[in-house]
Amino acid sequence: MAVEQKTVATTGNIMVAEAMRQSAPDVMAAYPITPQTTIVEEYAKYVAQGRVHTEYVTVESEHSAMSACIGASAAGARVMTATSSQGLAYMWEQLHIASGLRCPIVMANANRALAAPINIHCDHSDIMGARDTGWVIYFAETAQEAYDNTLMSVRVAEHPDVMLPVMTTLDGFITTHTIDRARLLSDEDAAKFVGTYTPEHALLDTDNPTSHGNFASLGGTYFEFKKAQRNAIDRSMEVIKNVGAEFAELSGRPFDVVEGWGMDDAEYVIIAIGSTAGNCRHVARELRAKGVAAGVLKIRVFRPFPFTEVAEAIKGVKAVAVLDRSESFGAEGGPVFLEVRSALYDMETRPLVINYIYGLGGADVKLELIQQVYDDLVDLADGVHESGRLVYLGAR
Amino acid sequence: MDEWTSDEFPRGATIPVAGNSCEYVTGGWRSERPVRDDAKCTQCLLCWVFCPDTSVKVADEKVYDFDYDHCKGCGICAHECPADAIEMVPEGCELPGVK
Repeated sequence: MAVEQKTVATTGNIMVAEAMRQSAPDVMAAYPITPQTTIVEEYAKYVAQGRVHTEYVTVESEHSAMSACIGASAAGARVMTATSSQGLAYMWEQLHIASGLRCPIVMANANRALAAPINIHCDHSDIMGARDTGWVIYFAETAQEAYDNTLMSVRVAEHPDVMLPVMTTLDGFITTHTIDRARLLSDEDAAKFVGTYTPEHALLDTDNPTSHGNFASLGGTYFEFKKAQRNAIDRSMEVIKNVGAEFAELSGRPFDVVEGWGMDDAEYVIIAIGSTAGNCRHVARELRAKGVAAGVLKIRVFRPFPFTEVAEAIKGVKAVAVLDRSESFGAEGGPVFLEVRSALYDMETRPLVINYIYGLGGADVKLELIQQVYDDLVDLADGVHESGRLVYLGAR
Repeated sequence: MDEWTSDEFPRGATIPVAGNSCEYVTGGWRSERPVRDDAKCTQCLLCWVFCPDTSVKVADEKVYDFDYDHCKGCGICAHECPADAIEMVPEGCELPGVK
């Protein structure tokens, strides 16, 4: 039985700020960048109003923001921040340090295109560029998911089996700025779910002095530390699912690392992440009414990638389209496509697959385009198209 | 430590034991070692002043040895010695199969 919740009409960014406030971080590093700005702006308001007792650190760049987070986390604090696009790219070396030092930092990323040319709108170029930095990565479709993912992130990051930084991402402007209907836990329920953080080693614990950020090269231990990091992110899958199940019970909103629509008997499936999944379901619902066995598979957790869950979900499907909102220049396809096709390799019977690069720099993803993808899938299954090709969806 | 698996190392390479730096022997990097000629040495202590690793051992205001566990063989002591009392001598190559 889910707890009582308040229904609000608000944006994804404000829902993220609310989730952060309810998690009561000790430190927040703030460097605003479009379209993340309203997260740190809203949070600044909570600090000014005295609603949180967070050390709000205004830094001079995203590189410093992540550095401040790492320092505070090593000191033993619960730490959060938010960024987007060039800001995330500017954090790059620090993202590796956060995960290598096993700092359970929680960060929101407003997914936005990378320059050049300059663009402030949504795609996944920024986050996909950070996919191998050792962070757990959630994708939100809606403001509600952005809120839910943020609360769950805290639990996953600080879990003793994981102790890794977690990024919860939401699509720039589409999810960050449009008003959406969402349900908010009470402060008490949220705080109870998130719990308090007790660091294993804190730099400010002077009774038990520790040294952080050490050198591990000539002794040959760097290799082992990286393996430990890999083991931790692999282990995080189970933690993500357990925390998700617990949250689902509390909130009444189901959670899974991959979420299917019409997948039981689907023949033509679109795999999507983020806000586009809604459009896909809309078109799939219309197709179902016409007797086409359409399905949608949304990937909600991208790192660790749910290989077995994806493979299991699309077993027996005739044709699959993978939508990528970012490029992987010179590769066989977009980042999501590479993961999905890799997940398929060990299956006895594999569906045909096709990759679409779509919506770069906020290019409109109209229903007609999604319809075109399903039409292509039918053609692909009928042998009209070749499997494995890459299509720039809707580009001139 | 040699028998630890990757998950047995302290998380994030944190060192939870204080005061352990004396166990960290860095002299293994050295390719040349300083050797002092006591007859030439004027005990000016410039080698002690300049050594970046505090590896010149002094007692009763006199140099008597080098700390070869931590001396990295940079040669600054030999370079700065006004009496030419310090010579850098190549370390023997002890790695198997390397000459």
